[in-house]
Amino acid sequence: MTRPSRTVLPPEALDPTDRAILNALQDGFPLTPCPYDDAAAALGITGEDLIARLSRLRDLGAITRFGPFFDAAAMGGAFCLCAMAVPARRFDEVLTKVNAHPEVAHNYERTHALNMWFVLATDSPEGIERTAQAIEGETGLKVMLFPKLEEYFIGFRVQA
Amino acid sequence: MTATLDPIDRGIIKATQAGLPLVAEPYAAVAEAVGLTEAEVIDRMSAMQARGIIRRIAVAPNHYALGMTANGMSVWDVADDRISDLGARIGALPYVTHCYQRPRALPDWPYNLFAMLHGESQEEVEAKRAEVASILGAACRGHDILYSTRILKKTGLRLRDE
Repeated sequence: MTRPSRTVLPPEALDPTDRAILNALQDGFPLTPCPYDDAAAALGITGEDLIARLSRLRDLGAITRFGPFFDAAAMGGAFCLCAMAVPARRFDEVLTKVNAHPEVAHNYERTHALNMWFVLATDSPEGIERTAQAIEGETGLKVMLFPKLEEYFIGFRVQA
Repeated sequence: MTATLDPIDRGIIKATQAGLPLVAEPYAAVAEAVGLTEAEVIDRMSAMQARGIIRRIAVAPNHYALGMTANGMSVWDVADDRISDLGARIGALPYVTHCYQRPRALPDWPYNLFAMLHGESQEEVEAKRAEVASILGAACRGHDILYSTRILKKTGLRLRDE
């Protein structure tokens, strides 16, 4: 899914079991031969029911992804948050040039003089600088790099 | 890619980066796709998790669909000698995701702590911002919040074909 749904689900779209699944599976999922059965047991449902519910939650847009989350840096690659101050009249043109790079994993417009914020994910640490320089060359605009120095976040949790 | 990722790991990543199959034996399904046994896939994925290559196997909820329609990237100028302990405290707050220390870009950008704040409305996010400000107290010399007005792209990590 390249653009997650921007529709808010009506509260009745999810029953208490759906919410329990969303809460429990944000923490992790077993690496066992029948992991749905194992995860479902803790929720008091069957593995078959869990698969059906996950499939429905995905179709509804309640979850954007289910599976392994990878760390590019641990793979020898790198992530870097970047920002640009893009003049309003050039926004679409610059956006097209920036998004054309497959290294651009996420891109958000934000309310600030630095109005375009994107994440570069590259195979190697050098790839960050190389991609940023390519974007600067193509747009004539400065790309500011904000690599993470320290990570403090404990979990990506939302109470469903 | 560097030596930390051999072709077998790479194959498993490529087979699962769009998601884990929703079938009773998903690792067996991955194994079949990449020409390994189920036990090999489980061993390899366990090893990748131990090395931090797989951060976790989990559901990513769509915050927006679940009613968390407001989010702001809050940014803070925190005294260097306090950022480690204060960053850990802010990162532990239940409504904070993605809490990082990043370099300042002076003179335009004095902020060195980034924390995404989530809420059901902008008012709720602003209330949470005030809570963060009170925790940081005098160690914080200034702050701002950047609301996202549009998602321009969201693909996540994708390995290139070699």
